[in-house]
Amino acid sequence: MRKLLNTLYVTQPDAYLSLDGDNIVLLKDQQALGRLPLHNLESIITFGYTGASPALMGYCAERNISITFLTASGRFLARVIGQSRGNVTLRKAQYRISDQERESALIARNFIIGKIYNHKWMLERMTRDYPLRVDVERFKSISHQLDEYLYEARSCENLETLRGLEGQAAWHYYQVFDDMILQQKESFTFHGRSRRPPRDHVNAMLSFAYILLTHDMAAALESVGLDAYVGFLHRDRPGRVSLALDMIEELRGIYADRFVLSLINRKEVTPNGFYQKENGAVLMTDETRKLFLKAWQAKKQEMITHPFLGEKIPWGLVPYVQALLLARYLRGDLDEYPPFLWK
Amino acid sequence: MGSKEEDRYLMLSGLQHFLFCKRQWALIHIEQQWEENALTVEGQHLHHKAHQALLREKRGNKLIVRGMPVRSHELQLTGVCDVVEFHLDPEGVELVGEEGRYKAYPIEYKRGRPKKGLEDVIQLVAQAICLEEMLACRIDKGYLYYEQIKHRVEVPITETLRETVQLMAKEMHHYFDKRYTPKVKTGPFCNNCSLKNICLPKLMNKRSVKSYIEGRLSE
Ligand code: SF4
Repeated sequence: MRKLLNTLYVTQPDAYLSLDGDNIVLLKDQQALGRLPLHNLESIITFGYTGASPALMGYCAERNISITFLTASGRFLARVIGQSRGNVTLRKAQYRISDQERESALIARNFIIGKIYNHKWMLERMTRDYPLRVDVERFKSISHQLDEYLYEARSCENLETLRGLEGQAAWHYYQVFDDMILQQKESFTFHGRSRRPPRDHVNAMLSFAYILLTHDMAAALESVGLDAYVGFLHRDRPGRVSLALDMIEELRGIYADRFVLSLINRKEVTPNGFYQKENGAVLMTDETRKLFLKAWQAKKQEMITHPFLGEKIPWGLVPYVQALLLARYLRGDLDEYPPFLWK
Repeated sequence: MGSKEEDRYLMLSGLQHFLFCKRQWALIHIEQQWEENALTVEGQHLHHKAHQALLREKRGNKLIVRGMPVRSHELQLTGVCDVVEFHLDPEGVELVGEEGRYKAYPIEYKRGRPKKGLEDVIQLVAQAICLEEMLACRIDKGYLYYEQIKHRVEVPITETLRETVQLMAKEMHHYFDKRYTPKVKTGPFCNNCSLKNICLPKLMNKRSVKSYIEGRLSE
């Protein structure tokens, strides 16, 4: 399997990224803050209004290293990517299917199946690992409910129905999300998803984790030659990486949610690491964001066995492998898109 | 033959990929998926050397031309010959700007040592067919030069080899026209394939995704 390369996160807002030979150099007031060989990097993500030299962008574009510019709070601004791989045939297949409701639904339902299935097993695992801490009966009953949605999704060929099923399944899952927080409950409570803006500590972290995951997914899709902007479940909207959003559905729970839950449950984050803006938005402090990114990198190195391939890979390669599997399906090598079914 | 037609020509160097694995060829030449690895970089370096030296050089009764672009309308292939040696020979053909008659011998440079498979030989035979078309002559042998043993090996351009090249070229065009990446039988050779991270050869022997999903859902 391909090697997992690093992502460089630049959180220093007033740094400037430049190129020196085969290295990236972080400058501040013309002083070098740090330097790193580029050949180990897969992508660079900057927060705040960091600038980058055209020479660096050119170098990265040629070597398939993407550079993404986000605002300090993680909102997407721009991305610099090189030429896509010359695989026109694959993209044409993607566009053709995306124009067709039924064919799109056949793929989209496997994203949703992946998502519901993984949520279900997160709940099942909680009842097994913490039978004394969680309301087992309640968890089990939601798990059974999710089973029914899975069953329905399996034969669903209609996108609207599919979105409905997804919404209902998510509603059930979020009913017990707060119960999965086992530590620091006074300060970390989940009152349902709030996105724009996130209104509590938990949501602030969830939003951030989804941004990172979406970014990794979009980069993975581009690297196998797919267009991250043209989706099957999420319809195209200018500037939205619809396919990346489709593809992270199955990973949100097991990748991002579990990551956030474990930061809280292991007390790696504390309520002091957050602050609230006048408009109610809850944000992480710079310290917490750094800690978060470091833990995220560490999570990427953890090994798992891919359920379909049966091969051991680091978590960080899961987006890449799923992108590859989707490409394989689109070009007719596989009978269906195999979602990542975790247990 | 207009240039439109020539757009359809495939790369002659693809023959060696095609012989090694049809899928590998399709991934490189149809899908243009290419992962640099040490081997390919090294290979390019060597070729660079062979191509860059004096383009034309006379040594006694030999004329040595490097990096010569060639094509065959019959095979619809184009490529570059590392080296073509022209030997003064009364049975040869006349060349523009040269006195006397010459016989042509293609020489292909290879990293490493002679291989068991026919990859290198096939490529050389295709070059010979191109040269024959372009020079209106007959070529009966060529040479493969192997870097590691610092030695050239003579290759007779036989009828059987010519037929093999023709069939291969035909099949390559067939896949290319359909932009189809074939599935193939995988094997230990996949371990030496620079594209195995993209190809995921294991997938080709996998049970269906349908049974994977249904198996999991029924657990
Ligand atoms: S991995 Fe094996 S099957 Fe795939 S392209 Fe390479 S040689 Fe062919």
